[in-house]
Amino acid sequence: MIRRHDWLFMLHLGLTLFFLYGPIVVLVVLSFNELGLATAWGGFSLKWYAALSKNFKIISAAVNTLIVASVTTVIATIIGTMLAMGIERLRKSPLLDALLFAPMVVPDIVLAIGLLSLFTAINLKLGLHSIIMSHVVFNIAFVCAVVRTRLNNFDHSLLEASTDLGASTWTTFRRVTLPIIFPGVFAGALLAFTLSFDEFVIAFFTAGTRQSSTTLPMQIYSMIKFGIKPDINALATIIMGVSFILVFMAQRLNKEALTGR
Amino acid sequence: MIAKNVIELRNIVKQYGAVRVVDDVSFELRESEFFALLGPSGCGKTTLLRVMAGFADPSSGQMLLDGQDMVRVPPRRRPLNMMFQSYALFPHMTAEANIRYGLENARLPKEEIARRTAEIMVTTQLTEFARRKPAQLSGGQRQRVALARALVMRPRVLLLDEPLGALDKKLREAMQLELKRLQNELGITFVVVTHDQEEALVMADRIALMRGGRVEQIGPASELYEKPTSRFVADFIGQSNFFEGTASGSQISVDGLGLLHGPNDASVSGAAVLSVRPERIKVNTTPVRSFDNSFAGTVREIAYHGQDEHIHVEFDDWKRPVIARLPAYDETVQQIHEGTRVWLSWNGRDARILAH
Repeated sequence: MIRRHDWLFMLHLGLTLFFLYGPIVVLVVLSFNELGLATAWGGFSLKWYAALSKNFKIISAAVNTLIVASVTTVIATIIGTMLAMGIERLRKSPLLDALLFAPMVVPDIVLAIGLLSLFTAINLKLGLHSIIMSHVVFNIAFVCAVVRTRLNNFDHSLLEASTDLGASTWTTFRRVTLPIIFPGVFAGALLAFTLSFDEFVIAFFTAGTRQSSTTLPMQIYSMIKFGIKPDINALATIIMGVSFILVFMAQRLNKEALTGR
Repeated sequence: MIAKNVIELRNIVKQYGAVRVVDDVSFELRESEFFALLGPSGCGKTTLLRVMAGFADPSSGQMLLDGQDMVRVPPRRRPLNMMFQSYALFPHMTAEANIRYGLENARLPKEEIARRTAEIMVTTQLTEFARRKPAQLSGGQRQRVALARALVMRPRVLLLDEPLGALDKKLREAMQLELKRLQNELGITFVVVTHDQEEALVMADRIALMRGGRVEQIGPASELYEKPTSRFVADFIGQSNFFEGTASGSQISVDGLGLLHGPNDASVSGAAVLSVRPERIKVNTTPVRSFDNSFAGTVREIAYHGQDEHIHVEFDDWKRPVIARLPAYDETVQQIHEGTRVWLSWNGRDARILAH
């Protein structure tokens, strides 16, 4: 039991909350600050959001990022799920597991250099498509890992039961396998989207030089060299809001899937 | 009446590497019979069932269904359905959706799907649970959903893999009779895989007892119990006392006990064993003359089993315990206790002489 007068505990809790959420609160508050300064409050205003909507560089970068993240998510989720299902059929192999983990643990900078060298070697023009290909590479591993945990306690007699009841392989996948592993697939997709959305190093290496293939993290990085502008706070607040809604949805979905078992 | 054969298995072999899990098995399943594949774990009974369902390809051999070879037919095109040991219910579907699943795959008209689903749910007493998901059902209800899901397909043969294994004793006994009732009512051939000899005896019309991938004996339940053809069968089904010796004709010579009498039609000679069921042995506190076999001994232990008692007796010249079973109300039981002198007797016709 926690006693109310246990001030040491309350202090601990307060500090933890402060370190976790302090930066976020500051960000959100500043995005509504008329003055746009970290040091003084000039009243509530939406003017930085208005400024953001007129910053075409940021908007085009945001659109690029959404394209990259969405396409990456779709491709990586399909390939990663197929990979996970295929591997589950094989005998357990530590070597294969290590190979699958490699893209997750290899430092981004190493992967980025490798990808750039490969693209140069095969003479591929750089652009959004090369960022997408690069993001797919490491996201396959993440999706695969998430889906595999879901497949771990998958009862394979369900597949036989479905076959026994006259279902084709495709029907079995659509009506039995996918609905059961869907929370895992969705969680994997969400992870892939998030990772792709804020990925900087690999995108920076594989984007080429044109403004048309600049993603949001790259754009913000280039702007930050000249100090943080308040419209970036507004942008960050929007991104956070969207992320929160996505995570909340994922949690609810997972809960429904669990209680349905 | 000669019943038609539904399935004929001819020299089925299933090999994993050098191990023959199913080793040259041939038998036939008849129309509307309740058939049990019985045996200890690892005897190949489940593999044989999976060969019939099509989930395992036989290494060699033929399986005919209504005269047609099934070996190359994929499981989803076989008019057989299986009830899995784990039930394998789809966790994300309601009981009703689980049951309808197979009919939907068969692309039957909507009205027929609805009618047949409703019918089978009445038969299996599931109507009130139609909208529940498997996690919200009890073990017995889940078992009935699994059964209904297979039966609604109206298979030629229903394959059941340890169907009652996950239920507790009371429910298991009720379900044994329930399965028997359903099988009678629907007239579908049932093949049950079980390791429980009592379950097989209660439910099955015929039993195939398997051992090491082979069929040891096949026949009506009463035949396997009363007329086992090997020591393994006599030992696996029910309980038996065994006396090893050398047989000739209807007699067997046992070291320490002398000549024991078996049934007149015994035809084994050489190393053999005489098998006698505990309930065939009479217990007396005075010598008796009217039996073919009678031996004096001392009661070592009395095990109370409720409806009957198992008397463990040590013969004067035979150091292994011999077990006799008496109803608890038998008056002899009242007179004996540990250390009592008793005479155990049985007639040759109630024993079996089996090759050793």
